[in-house]
Amino acid sequence: MRRDAEPVSHLHRLLLAGEFVVTAEMQTSDSADPAAIARAAETLRGSADAVNCTDNSAAHTHVSALAASRLLVEAGIEPVMQLVCRDRNRLALQADLLGAATLGVRNVVCMTGDDVSAGDHPEAKPIYDIDSVHLIRIARIMRDQGTYLSGRPLADRPNFLIGAVENPFAPPRDFRPMRLGTKIEAGAEFIQTQICFNLDTMRIFMARCSELGLLDDVWVIAGVFIPNSARGARYLRDHVPGVDVPDPVIERMDAGRPERQREEGIALALDVVDAVRQIPGVSGIHLMTINHEEAIPRVVEAAGLLPRPEPAADRAPPLSGNP
Amino acid sequence: MTRSRLDRRPPPTEPPATGLHRPLLAVERWTKETLWDCRMCGQCILHSTGLTCPMRCPKNLRNGPCGGTLQDGHCEVVPEMMCVWVEAWERSRRLPLWREHIEHVERPTDWRLQETSSWENLVSGRDKEVPVGWAAAERRPAD
Repeated sequence: MRRDAEPVSHLHRLLLAGEFVVTAEMQTSDSADPAAIARAAETLRGSADAVNCTDNSAAHTHVSALAASRLLVEAGIEPVMQLVCRDRNRLALQADLLGAATLGVRNVVCMTGDDVSAGDHPEAKPIYDIDSVHLIRIARIMRDQGTYLSGRPLADRPNFLIGAVENPFAPPRDFRPMRLGTKIEAGAEFIQTQICFNLDTMRIFMARCSELGLLDDVWVIAGVFIPNSARGARYLRDHVPGVDVPDPVIERMDAGRPERQREEGIALALDVVDAVRQIPGVSGIHLMTINHEEAIPRVVEAAGLLPRPEPAADRAPPLSGNP
Repeated sequence: MTRSRLDRRPPPTEPPATGLHRPLLAVERWTKETLWDCRMCGQCILHSTGLTCPMRCPKNLRNGPCGGTLQDGHCEVVPEMMCVWVEAWERSRRLPLWREHIEHVERPTDWRLQETSSWENLVSGRDKEVPVGWAAAERRPAD
């Protein structure tokens, strides 16, 4: 990651300028109507600098990240396209990376993906031809060397900001900072972390990354979840592998009357946002929620992060041949 | 060849070993399966993983753990099993040598090498053959 690089996306421009960025995860869509995605995106307009389009998140099938990303581009909202190794081999992944570039996608995040056993098609054949570290490097090969993994040249090379994920909150925790180092070695320029409730763990992770000299080479965007209820927080703890939900979080959500829990979730997320902003090396927040999307603008506003910087006017390149 | 219930690798493509290759392959298989529950990927990186076979990971991850490791260190896919990378990390810390090998990027798997002898592939250099684009990336200086 070079600090003097030409920005390739709005998100990249803000990170280069040292802005504290806000990204958010868009609600998944199971609709064939593009208006459904436009509506979900509209909730986040003006609150997030870029919006993540998930790739069959939690191993459940949804509208493809590629299609959702393009619809966001058309709506003038910058997408971050997620790409998982679970569903496609190296041919299909490269095809989608190149295809995304043709459709105006300028941020990608490469990850392994939740296992099929966690999803609604547990009988499916998982692929895992390559892993997330391989995918990161392949994206760099396409961008920086102008070839496919095979070495066959591209006619025009894609240009995107290449991201990864990391989970400081899952074992082996001592290894996680070093693993981030591997992702940086492969070519990751920014990371979005798994949901952060455990601030002590996050601080230890960041301190260790700093000791390893990683924070000059990568932007770390901390994942923040906005629970809509105590039940929602328990669901995360018990059913989403890799998420650490400490007991005080559950107790805090339980303390409120049920009709107050949505508000408590916002207050809790706000506390996490305020805390991670104080951790040296954290460059932004990535907001996630389940069935509580309208809370995202409220958290951003209450955190004092509005207004968001305006994107440059050159967004939303049309497809050639479009009217 | 017996394959366990959790083995999700694609079937091997190389023809079965013949002649002198057969006993060599049998010795390698017996040794490594006994000692490390090896899956015979033919491109051994046990030195980078604290002598823990990464192909035992249900996601076949060769560059470290996924984000789904359970809080008790078990595998999200097979909760009765310890995460292969939790074991790899701990064992690599106890190794007197190769400790830093776990830090570096491992190459993409060449699935054609399954069920072939990694010892032979090491000697012949076959396990060093990588796609042209990857080889170029390894030669490029980091920025």
